[in-house]
Amino acid sequence: MLELSHVHKVYRVGAFGGAKLRAVRDVNLVVEPGEVVSLIGESGSGKSTIGKMVLGLTKPSQGSITFEGKDVTSLRGFGEKKEYYRYVQGVFQDPFSSFNPIFKADRVFELIRSSYFPGVADADWRKKVLDVMDTVRLDPDNVLNKYPHQLSGGQLQRLLIARALLLDIRLLVADEIISMLDASTRIDVLNLLADLKERGLGILFVTHDLSLGNYVSDRSVILHKGAIAEMGPTKRVFDNPLHPYSRHLLSCVPQLHRTWAEVDAELAADPPEDVELPVVAEGDDSAPLVEAEQGHFVGIDQS
Amino acid sequence: MTLRVNDLKVYYQTLRGDVHALDGVSFDLADGEIMGLAGESGCGKTTLGKSLIRLDNRMRHIDGTVELDGEKLPISDDDAMNRYRYHEISLIPQYAMSALNPTRKIGRMINELLKARGVKPATIADELRRRLELVGLDPEVLDRFPIELSGGMKQRVVMVMSTLLDPSLLIADEATSALDVSTQRSVVESMVEFRDRGFIKSMIFVTHDISLVYQMADTVMVMYAGRVAEKAPAATIINDPQHPYTKMLIGALPEVGSTTDEGRLEGIPGTPPGLLNPPTGCRFKARCPIASEECSETPPLVEIEPGHWAACWKTGR
Repeated sequence: MLELSHVHKVYRVGAFGGAKLRAVRDVNLVVEPGEVVSLIGESGSGKSTIGKMVLGLTKPSQGSITFEGKDVTSLRGFGEKKEYYRYVQGVFQDPFSSFNPIFKADRVFELIRSSYFPGVADADWRKKVLDVMDTVRLDPDNVLNKYPHQLSGGQLQRLLIARALLLDIRLLVADEIISMLDASTRIDVLNLLADLKERGLGILFVTHDLSLGNYVSDRSVILHKGAIAEMGPTKRVFDNPLHPYSRHLLSCVPQLHRTWAEVDAELAADPPEDVELPVVAEGDDSAPLVEAEQGHFVGIDQS
Repeated sequence: MTLRVNDLKVYYQTLRGDVHALDGVSFDLADGEIMGLAGESGCGKTTLGKSLIRLDNRMRHIDGTVELDGEKLPISDDDAMNRYRYHEISLIPQYAMSALNPTRKIGRMINELLKARGVKPATIADELRRRLELVGLDPEVLDRFPIELSGGMKQRVVMVMSTLLDPSLLIADEATSALDVSTQRSVVESMVEFRDRGFIKSMIFVTHDISLVYQMADTVMVMYAGRVAEKAPAATIINDPQHPYTKMLIGALPEVGSTTDEGRLEGIPGTPPGLLNPPTGCRFKARCPIASEECSETPPLVEIEPGHWAACWKTGR
């Protein structure tokens, strides 16, 4: 459904834009319908830039992004973009800054209606809204007709997902959507994503938290300095990390039932087998992947 | 006993009335103890940290006492507290690393801070360098501006700076939340090392991340709506929690290795009560699956087994 092919993004940095920063390096990625793909990386790994490029908020410097066979980067004009957003929507980290505090929170539904469904009758629209509210498990009485400050972060975040569901979306880009939520409400939003997946929605789940990425996703992509370090079925990536960077990252995650010392001791007692990593020549910007086992790829080492 | 907090009540004054942010908090902190303080946003964990060092002008001390090393702290008297601040109690506030003065080099900033607290910088310069090296920083950072350092380096500078006078108590409020996992691990490990070397006697580590607390804390205290729900050794809180809130909170955390295929985790339905007019009795009763009539009375915090405290009518009998 969504396919990224040799995507690069180079930002100009420095006082006069003289220096260059390669934020995304030769990324190849596919998201199928009904699949959650986690993009996991530390700050500066390029994960949000990929999300932005998929949403058409910034253009790749090189490479192509196609959605259902159509090139996303060559969308021209308001009409084509609007049509694209009917199928692809994003939800972002901070739910409080996604709303205009002057207006009631459910105004986001009205905006969708006026731009995409101007012909729908009031009663039909009302039914549609109640329908999506039910999907995201929000009680309409508690949420409709309220201002953003009267709602919790979890409620606002689910409201934004409901807004996206009003359209016939096929791909949702979820950029750190639970980082600002409390532990007790986080899991509700994650479960909601799992529900949506079962309805056939493709989800690109961008996160820095490895345990969250693991909970919902079918496939995980670990990014390091803009390039893919490791990509594969979530279970394999977490049970048998092959890239030294993913191993390091996994050993640093605070776990609930195991301390860091225990994890280190386990690693030392049973060192994982090494795989041959692809190498590139100095000055070559590509980042080839090697298939180590079925569907499980490792990339170049940049440490 | 480093710190003894007894029935502490601190309210925020607002135009609509008092917000009962801390409503009868009692706990002890032993020498050398690192206590993780966990809870949802708005449960009063940051207020507790702040109350121990400085009440800002909206906060009012209603009742209760705080004792540090056997001495009663005058927490409601801003001027009298000055003697303790930085010397005896030190705080790493949330976003501390973004609050470094951008116009000063790190070294000059630390010297100014020491002078403001009546300490000659020269007497401590060697120790400062030694400690910077201990946390893996080149003493050269003293000649750099904050903008030249990465997040993890800034957080380590803040940590060294705030513990330079060997305070009895260090309060770290979400000190590592903004860092990447690998940096977070090394900062947390240096904090534990500071305690092991006796630079700080004991520490309160405020965070919303219970799995992080499990990595480093000796004990964990869970707060809910301005009160203590449970306090116990870290392993007990994770493996054998007694208070229903703690149980549900731990149950809602996805782990590395858990997926939706193996069964879904459940969140806690509902939201914490507003603290402007808090409900009577147990504050968790509206969200609690086992609440009954007796919960309309406030449950006391009782020691259900040595070192394990919980405030719930259903435990400890």
